[in-house]
Amino acid sequence: MPNQLRPALVLLTALTVITGLAYPLAMTGLAGALFPAKAAGSLIERDGRVVGSSLIGQSFTGAGYFHGRPSATTAPDPADASKTVPAPYNAANSSGSNLGPTSAALAERVRGDLEALKAENAKTPVPVNLVTTSGSGLDPDISPEAAYFQVPRVAGDRHVPEDRLRDFVTSRIAGRTFGILGEPRVNVLALNLALDELARR
Amino acid sequence: MNLDGWIQIALYGAVVLALVKPLGSYMTRVFTGERTLLSPVLGPVERGLYRAAGLDARQEQHWLAYTGAVILFHLLGFAVLYAILRLQAVLPLNPADQGAVAPDLAFNTSTSFITNTNWQSYGGETTLSYLSQMLGLTHQNFLSAATGIAVAVALIRGFARASSGTIGSFWVDVTRATLYVLLPICVPYTLFLVWQGMPQTLGAYADATTLEGAHQTIALGPVASQVAIKMLGTNGGGFFNANAAHPFENPTALSNFVQMVSIFAIGAALTNVFGRMVGDERQGWAILGAMGILFLAGVAVTYWAEAHGSSVLNGFGLTGGNMEGKETRFGIAASALFAVITTAASCGAVNAMHDSFTALGGLIPLLNMQLGEIIIGGVGAGLYGMLIFVIVAIFVAGLMVGRTPEYLGKKIEAKEVKMAMLGILCLPLMMLGFTALATVLPAGLAGPANAGPHGFTEILYAYTSAAANNGSAFGGLSANTLFYNSTLAIGMLVGRFFVKIPVLAIAGSLAAKKTVPASAGTFPTHGGLFVGLLVGVILIIGGLTFFPSLALGPVVEHLAGAAGQTFATGG
Repeated sequence: MPNQLRPALVLLTALTVITGLAYPLAMTGLAGALFPAKAAGSLIERDGRVVGSSLIGQSFTGAGYFHGRPSATTAPDPADASKTVPAPYNAANSSGSNLGPTSAALAERVRGDLEALKAENAKTPVPVNLVTTSGSGLDPDISPEAAYFQVPRVAGDRHVPEDRLRDFVTSRIAGRTFGILGEPRVNVLALNLALDELARR
Repeated sequence: MNLDGWIQIALYGAVVLALVKPLGSYMTRVFTGERTLLSPVLGPVERGLYRAAGLDARQEQHWLAYTGAVILFHLLGFAVLYAILRLQAVLPLNPADQGAVAPDLAFNTSTSFITNTNWQSYGGETTLSYLSQMLGLTHQNFLSAATGIAVAVALIRGFARASSGTIGSFWVDVTRATLYVLLPICVPYTLFLVWQGMPQTLGAYADATTLEGAHQTIALGPVASQVAIKMLGTNGGGFFNANAAHPFENPTALSNFVQMVSIFAIGAALTNVFGRMVGDERQGWAILGAMGILFLAGVAVTYWAEAHGSSVLNGFGLTGGNMEGKETRFGIAASALFAVITTAASCGAVNAMHDSFTALGGLIPLLNMQLGEIIIGGVGAGLYGMLIFVIVAIFVAGLMVGRTPEYLGKKIEAKEVKMAMLGILCLPLMMLGFTALATVLPAGLAGPANAGPHGFTEILYAYTSAAANNGSAFGGLSANTLFYNSTLAIGMLVGRFFVKIPVLAIAGSLAAKKTVPASAGTFPTHGGLFVGLLVGVILIIGGLTFFPSLALGPVVEHLAGAAGQTFATGG
């Protein structure tokens, strides 16, 4: 084996430098030159301040905004660092609920969310993505049905006609890629930003 | 289930199939040392590396020397990675000020990445510096994949050669796999991913003030360059905790589709390399056919189960399938497809949380790994894993007709069958043995997040994933403990080397044999009968070995859920 030591050391070092440094650094340079905004995280600025990323969901609770899906992300408990507390849409610690199909905790939470949503809009069936957490906890999108479901609440709070708001939502639906891939969806942050923009005018 | 979903699945199959021949032809040229399109650029680099390493590219190795080189390469790679993780706090490129990785976690993570498992006991954005991600993890993403390809090529040479004392040079194979196959694909692939919205920056995490005035820290990093090789090399270790479910790690439905294609691309093409090198492409297509049958069956079951949804939640009047743990932009079909692909291959990346899949939807990913990830499989590892089953299938066929079994003109004798069985049996020993241990020890029972049969499945899934070198998880399990970090690492090591070493022994033994010409009595191994026999042998061995464990976990859970039963923790 001693005659193998030299090739092992030389190749490991060289290939490590090539694949672990040269490659990612070259890619960082190229990506920054070709797609600067995307390489930096697709950040959105409003009035000179970063308000989020177009790819990362954020927590909305106000009645005048469309809400995203429930999020299972957590943060360290300020009182006891060994524990965690719920922190929806924590973009520094992505995670899902990891609750299984027979979890009592999951059934309990979904039942509670369902009741709250039914109280808000009893006319429409609750879309499943509004009561289930996403895999990342940072899902930026909801289904078109989930956006339509919230139209009465948002319209009431903003004093705009429901029909107009419904058309507004329709205009912001992103379809399947090439008509085939993925699912139709609405980006919640973009929708709410556009809504604020509309109100300012 | 709907038509849109099935069209996505059909399109996926078509694209993967279309890549088999061109990629297979290219890789065959690379590993037989012929000139390729990239030789003018990469040739000087390659020769420079050999010169520095004191290697003669034409000098080949006996299988024992080849195995020695494989082990040495892993050991040194482990040492480098372990050192980087332990020292990251004092090394540069650490804008989030991550501390040193704890010893058991560093041991687990290093083992995990050198074995191409990429199990994540850590959460990327909360544990690792950018330097650890790049110099530590990205380079092992390349090298563990290149090693897998090298071993597969060595085994192919065993079948293709006659009366030969050598099976190639590991150093040449690993260098060529990295320089000619993995890197050239990763460069345009990375740029494509950034174009789709994936970050690639060394800047610090971004601070945002949300529309409602809250503060949001957004984790960033050199994501795209690592994701490209993580998928292409069937590594699967995520830059972020949520892996390919994270919008930065999989921004669009298109990035998702291309990631799924890249998981299977090299593994599928290697069946064609096999066919070309043994001089009969039909042999490669037969193996790919057996893989395809098992794959489609798995996709159908998982897609059906997820589209049907969980009985408990459906009981509340919800429709639309199981969306817990899934992303809106992918939906049910692309999430179910991804889960089957990532476990059929030894990738382990996830775009939805497998822990939250329905009982039967989660059973298929588990079974895929238990079968040894031979459905396309990890780059290289899938092909040599499948060829082990081929040897057993040929042996069974030989027993049935009372003739010495032959495959591609090689007599399959006691040594090959023993080695093949060793490779097959080490997996259940690790998967089931450690699961049994964890279900009786307090340290093991402290792990699961879910109660009842689902908790059992979380443990079973973890050891299955580790021994199969997959790396996906039922993520609720708290695996970052001394007990799980150590036992899972042992599972990964045994699952890697107790398959690789027997495979190389088979390669050496076959290469040394004479090739006997086919006769009227030779069992043809390129037709439907052989494909059926192979699929049957895989299902019988896998089923007999693992059915009891599946019955205790997913099957019981499915029945309990159908009866409306739920399980509470801590009660």
